[in-house]
Amino acid sequence: MPSTSKMVPVPSRAIIPERDLNATPILEVSHLSVHFGGLNAVEDFSIIVGRTEIAGLIGPNGAGKTTVFNLLTKVYQPTRGAILLDGNDTAGMNTVQISQAGIARTFQNIRLFQSLSVADNVKIGLHNQVKYSTMSGILRLPSFWRSERRAHDEAMELLSIFNMQHMANYKAGSLPYGAQRRLEIVRALATRPSLLLLDEPAAGMNPSETEELMANIIKIRDMFQIAIMLIEHDMRLVMGICEGIAVLNYGKIIAKGTPEEIQADPAVIEAYLGQKKEA
Amino acid sequence: MQMKLKLTGTKRTRSNAITYGIVVLAFLLVQIVDGTGNLTSSLRGQLVPICAYIVMAISLNLTVGILGELSLGHAGFMSLGAFSGVIVSVSLQESIVSDPVRLLVSLVIGAVIAGLFGIVVGVPALRLRGDYLAIVTLAFGEIIKNVINTLHVGIGRNGLRISMTDQASLNLGEGGTVIIQGPIGAVGINKTSTFTAGIILILVTLFIVLNLVHSRSGRAIMAVRDNRIAAESVGISVTRYKLTAFIISAALAGAAGALYALNYSTVVARKFDFNTSILVLVFVVLGGIGNIRGSIIAATVLTVLPEMLRAFNDYRMLAYAIILIIVMLTSNNDQLKQLIQRATSIFRRNKDSRRKGEESTHA
Ligand SMILES: Nc1ncnc2c1ncn2[C@@H]1O[C@H](COP(=O)(O)OP(=O)(O)O)[C@@H](O)[C@H]1O
Ligand SMILES: [Mg+2]
Repeated sequence: MPSTSKMVPVPSRAIIPERDLNATPILEVSHLSVHFGGLNAVEDFSIIVGRTEIAGLIGPNGAGKTTVFNLLTKVYQPTRGAILLDGNDTAGMNTVQISQAGIARTFQNIRLFQSLSVADNVKIGLHNQVKYSTMSGILRLPSFWRSERRAHDEAMELLSIFNMQHMANYKAGSLPYGAQRRLEIVRALATRPSLLLLDEPAAGMNPSETEELMANIIKIRDMFQIAIMLIEHDMRLVMGICEGIAVLNYGKIIAKGTPEEIQADPAVIEAYLGQKKEA
Repeated sequence: MQMKLKLTGTKRTRSNAITYGIVVLAFLLVQIVDGTGNLTSSLRGQLVPICAYIVMAISLNLTVGILGELSLGHAGFMSLGAFSGVIVSVSLQESIVSDPVRLLVSLVIGAVIAGLFGIVVGVPALRLRGDYLAIVTLAFGEIIKNVINTLHVGIGRNGLRISMTDQASLNLGEGGTVIIQGPIGAVGINKTSTFTAGIILILVTLFIVLNLVHSRSGRAIMAVRDNRIAAESVGISVTRYKLTAFIISAALAGAAGALYALNYSTVVARKFDFNTSILVLVFVVLGGIGNIRGSIIAATVLTVLPEMLRAFNDYRMLAYAIILIIVMLTSNNDQLKQLIQRATSIFRRNKDSRRKGEESTHA
C-alpha cells in the first residue's frame, strides 16, 4: 500500500505528509508528560499529525503508548505539556468534550457495550450526531421517529464499511474477537472524528484479517478524509500503511520518521525490534 | 437484510405489546372475577397495593437493571410520594370535588416531590465514581422515615402549616384539619385510589420506562451501565444520564407511594422502611434484573402469595431471604453477579477490591 504523498520536515523535527502541509495539523502535541507516583509513564512526548495522515505509535510493551491515547482523550490529565487539536488548546477539557472536539478511539482491551446489539453500539456512537430530547423519546414525538430512522440508516451505512450489516441485531458481546475490534472502529467513526486513535486494532487477528484491516484503514482515511493514529505490534501493518511513525521506549520518543527511516534506526532496532526477536 | 431488521423491530414491539397486554388482561380478569362475585375481600383489598408495588418494582428496575446502580432506599421515595400525595389530596378536598382528578393531581405532585428529592440524593451520589448511591439511598430512606415520624402537618385558615415538634404548634385555629400527626402518621384520608387508577398508573409507568429504554437517552443510560469509559469516549455525559434515569425512577416511586397511601384511611411512615426497600429489590431480582415484565410478575406473585399463605406469615421475610440467596447463588446473570459483587464490596472495602476498581478504570 503505497503512501500517496512524500513526507516533508516541519518544525520540531516532526514530519507530515506533503499534501497536509498547507492546513493546520490536526494534532500538535508538545512536551506531554504524565507521572504516576514515581513512574514517568510518558515523558516529553511531542508529535505532529497531518490532517489526513496515517501515523503509527510503536514501542515495547509498557512503553506508554496506551497512556498517550489516554492523555489525548483526557482519561488521564497530563502533568505537563500541551495538546492542540486542529490548532485549539485542549487544556481543561474532559473526555466527553474531547469526543465532541473530534477525537475518537478504540481500546486495547475491547470496550464494547456488551449486552446491547451491534446496531445499538453504533447508534450510541451517533449520540451527539443524531439528537432529540429525552422527552421526545418518551412521548414518541415526530422528532423521535425522524431521528431514529436517520440513526438507523447511518448506523447501517457505517457498518457496511466492514460488511457487518448482517450482524446488526447480534449482541455485541457475542461477536467473534475480530468483529468486536471492527465494531469498535465503526462506533468510533460514528462520532464523526477528525482524528481516530486505534489501540492495537490487529491484536488477535489472523494474517488475512489483518490484511483486510490494513485495506480498510486506508479506505476509512480516504472516505472520511481524517487522520488516523494507531498503536500496533504487527510490523507488517505498521510499515505497510503508516506514513509517519514515532517510537516510544520507557515513556520517551526514541525515534520519529518514515517507515524506511524507522526500520533503519539503530536505536529502534536495539530497543524494539531486537527485543521482539528475543521474545 | 431489510427483512431481518424489520423482524427484530417487530419482535421488540411484540415483546412490549405482550407486557402491556398482560396488564390489561389481568385487569379484565379481575373485573370478571369480581363481577361474578368470586373475588375474596382480602384479595380485593390487595389490588391497589399490588399495583403500587408493581410500579415500585418497575421503577427500581430502571435504577438497578437499566442504569446498573444499586438503590437500598427506594421506599424513601415512595414515602415522600405517599405523604405529599396525602397532603395534596386533603388540602384540595374542597377545591377539587372530582375524586379521580384529585387523585391525579396528588399522584403528579407526589411524583414531582419524589423526583426533586431524586435530584437531591442523586447529584452528590451519582457524580462520584463508585458505589455511593447504595449507601446514600440507604441513609436517605432512614432519614425520610424518621423525619416524617416527627412531622406534624395541618391545614387551617392560614393555609398549610408544618411543625417538627407537636400538633399544638400548628396553630390551625377553628375548623383546621390535621393531616399528619407525627408517629401516628396521616389520618382521615379520603380514599380515592382505585384498582382502575392503579392499572392506569402501571400502563403509564410501562409507557415511560419502555419508551425511554428504546430511545437515544435509554441507549446512553445502558451505555454508561455497560462501560463508563467507552460511553465517555463517544461523548456521553455519564452524570447527566445517570441522573436522568434516577430522577425518573424516583418520581415513579413517588407516584406509587401516593397511589398506595390514598388507598387507606391512615398511613404511617414506618410502612416505608428498609424492609420495604428490600422487598421491592427482591421483586426486581426475582423477576430478573433489567426484565420489566418479570418485575410485574414477581411483584404480583410475591404480594398475593403471602396473603394466601397467611399461616406462614411469620416466615415471610425469612422465605424471601432464602429465595434471594438461592437465586443469587445459582443465577448465571452477569448483571446480578456484578450487583452482588458491588453490594458486598460496599460493606467490605478492602485493598483488594479497590485495586480491582483501578484496574477497570485503566483504559
Ligand atoms: N493509571 C495508571 N496508574 C499507574 N501506572 C499506570 C497507569 N496507567 C499506565 N500505567 C503504567 O504506565 C506504563 C505504560 O503503560 P501503557 O501506556 O499501558 O503501555 P503500552 O505502551 O504497553 O500501551 C506501564 O508501566 C503501566 O503500568
Ligand atoms: Mg497498550
